[in-house]
Amino acid sequence: MERIDIHPTHTYEGFKLRRGKPFPFGATIVPGGVNFSIFSSHAKSCALVLFKKGMPEPMGEIPFPDEFRIGNVFSMTVFDLDYENIEYGYRMDGPFDPKAGHWFDPQKILMDPYAKVIGGRDVWGVTPDWSDIYHHRSRISLDDFDWEDDRPLEIAPEDLIVYEMHVRSFTKHESSGVKHPGTFAGIRQKIDYLKDLGVNCVELMPVYEFDEFENSRPNPQTGELLVNYWGYSTVGFFAPKAGYAATGKLGMQVDEFKTLVKELHKNGIEVMLDVVFNHTAEGNEHGPYISFRGIDNKTYYMLTPEGYYYNFSGCGNTLNCNNPIVRNIVLDCLRYWAAEYHIDGFRFDLASILGRDPWGAPLANPPLLETLAFDPILAKCKLIAEAWDAGGLYQVGSFPAFGRWAEWNGKYRDGIRKFLKGEPGSAGDMAQCLQGSPNLYEWSGRAPATSINFITAHDGFTLADLVSYNDKHNEANGENNNDGSNDNDSWNCGAEGWTDNPGINALRQRQMRNAMAMLFLSQGVPMILMGDEVGRSQNGNNNTYCHDNELNWLNWNLLQTNASLFRFVKHCIHFRHAHPVLRNHWHFQNRDYANSGYADITWHGKQAWNADWSSDNTLAFMLCGKHAKGGTVEDNFLYVAMNMHWETNWFEIPSLPAGMQWHVSINTGASAPEDCWEIGKEPILDNQQGILLGDRSLVVLVGK
Amino acid sequence: MEITIKKIPITLLEPGTDDDLAIVELVGNIDGSTASKVQAQVLPIAETNSRVILDMTQVPYMSSAGLRMLLSVYRQVLAKEGQVVLVGLAEELQDTMSVTGFLDFFTTCATIDEGCTALSVKVQVLS
Repeated sequence: MERIDIHPTHTYEGFKLRRGKPFPFGATIVPGGVNFSIFSSHAKSCALVLFKKGMPEPMGEIPFPDEFRIGNVFSMTVFDLDYENIEYGYRMDGPFDPKAGHWFDPQKILMDPYAKVIGGRDVWGVTPDWSDIYHHRSRISLDDFDWEDDRPLEIAPEDLIVYEMHVRSFTKHESSGVKHPGTFAGIRQKIDYLKDLGVNCVELMPVYEFDEFENSRPNPQTGELLVNYWGYSTVGFFAPKAGYAATGKLGMQVDEFKTLVKELHKNGIEVMLDVVFNHTAEGNEHGPYISFRGIDNKTYYMLTPEGYYYNFSGCGNTLNCNNPIVRNIVLDCLRYWAAEYHIDGFRFDLASILGRDPWGAPLANPPLLETLAFDPILAKCKLIAEAWDAGGLYQVGSFPAFGRWAEWNGKYRDGIRKFLKGEPGSAGDMAQCLQGSPNLYEWSGRAPATSINFITAHDGFTLADLVSYNDKHNEANGENNNDGSNDNDSWNCGAEGWTDNPGINALRQRQMRNAMAMLFLSQGVPMILMGDEVGRSQNGNNNTYCHDNELNWLNWNLLQTNASLFRFVKHCIHFRHAHPVLRNHWHFQNRDYANSGYADITWHGKQAWNADWSSDNTLAFMLCGKHAKGGTVEDNFLYVAMNMHWETNWFEIPSLPAGMQWHVSINTGASAPEDCWEIGKEPILDNQQGILLGDRSLVVLVGK
Repeated sequence: MEITIKKIPITLLEPGTDDDLAIVELVGNIDGSTASKVQAQVLPIAETNSRVILDMTQVPYMSSAGLRMLLSVYRQVLAKEGQVVLVGLAEELQDTMSVTGFLDFFTTCATIDEGCTALSVKVQVLS
């Protein structure tokens, strides 16, 4: 039987039309044509504007007949479109009254908020034609990818090791040697590297379509163009960034990105997206019309009573996330990425904004966060909040979790950094960090994996810079060093920046190793920043958001230059994989519930069994292997001693059950290659009663 | 550019070989405007032959629609546990197919002879 809706019922200037279906929103291929559906609660009229791909002028413009509007949704099926070669947009008429929140302008052609493919910035860095009447052009996606047997990997959160990376930065440097530098395809060519390193999740900095030319300007010092490089400014929430695809010029970014996800999954690596729902690329009152502003400004943005844009994001506007309409678009978006792209998890940039009501006040039970937590399609996705915003809301430890949400743990970052540089009074916080921050999460029944542990991330210093600079050096950003955080808890080890002093350089190498070891020995989910495994520096710049150059690009030659650091980091990662006692699902109970004669975790100091909490810079602990994963699997005993003092210290070691001996896995006080030992081939510790730790060094022993 | 599709007549040389091999020569660009024509002609061939060689030597360009047509052919043939071999892919085309994942589904060969070897058949191409 043939459907009867394959036949047009209307014609307009040669286009064959039929009443469309309001759901789903966006452009959907239907038998014989394309269904277009768009929402506006305040528009008086709407027209569909069609272009041949890349053409300056439209090929046609079809007003939605009145009878095609249901509620506030305009929908229409247009037949016989060559949908591979068209671009579409909308023209909307309605009130222009900024005080009342309305910004309609029928002169503008507006991108579909649900556009699955967006043209106009097809190749990264190609200067746009600024006279173009329509910059970011909605295109049609087939969503017919052949996934074969793939699906999201669903790795237990506590078993994850996350690698935060920027798509372009990873392979743009010529030393990467990939065929298509700076693209999804480039990452695919480097999957073996990620596997060798041992990470099992990549967290991609924004891959939604953004405009690298937004706020672009010349560097006052060098004349080089500063751009919106990181991409924390969304143009379209449903479309992958075309400029990140080698095939963006062919409009095949969807296939290329899905192929990358599929291939990463084949290699046991999850894909997490850093998503930016707090604001859009339309900026404030002076920003461009891209989409939302001209479609339904009052619905999509938080506005002051006078009609100005609230700026909780620090980026000009704030998406009105707890308006029911906007809630739906966020939900539709995440469902789309989970279902259509097999994405494993999402990290929400400035997520506290998602918990504010339409007037900006924090909500006790934000409906959006609850909706996402209980959504059936997102049920196995990792949901991770950057639990603060630029409006002063700081929710680390208290983000409304609904049993699901994890948090970027900013307090972990600060606690580790302080202990690492030997700051007085930091040992107590350090102990919390090592345990998955029970002080923040246990009281509310949240597991250690709630805590995404990181010492460095894209915001702030790289690890190499954390141990090389006391202060930020952001002059190259052209903002007189006023941008970027001043609270870095960093220490330059005796000289600011580059030095040829061998003592300082050796200490920096040790401090990087100490930091990495602390991170991978902590309960929770460790995350490292791309390049920290090889000591990537940004020359002290802690906010490189605008640089499309070597400040951000990973120089693969560092793999040779810093080979011993890479070997050490790799060891830490593989050590974590090998020892389930480091990856507990629940918090420690500080008692022996496995009848081993030892509590799950015990604290020590320079004397065994005698933790000295008044000490500023020494700390030791032991994990009982019989308690690994809550006592469900057996592991070795692990003993970790940390001496962040500037002098050597003798640590007495707790004794093991009869028949077991301590073996050395890590000693950052020893020179490479004796700073770490291959798993299973650790040498027996000569003196089983104690060990001398060098100044600012860390030792990991394995009891077996 | 117009696309032309030609089924190349062959004789199978090995006695006992199933008479199920088709060699199809495509000439021209395959894009949104030509893919449906190609598909309409190639799919019936794929339906009756479980082994198909597509000679792409004279296809300089394929758009997304063209690549999708190839995968449709592949799925048809696979449903009969058959095999598709692509012959003579231009380097750029091969690269696009690799990056977008389409290449993973296909065996590719430089010449029709190699394609026949890959399919373990011996044929004589009749002109």
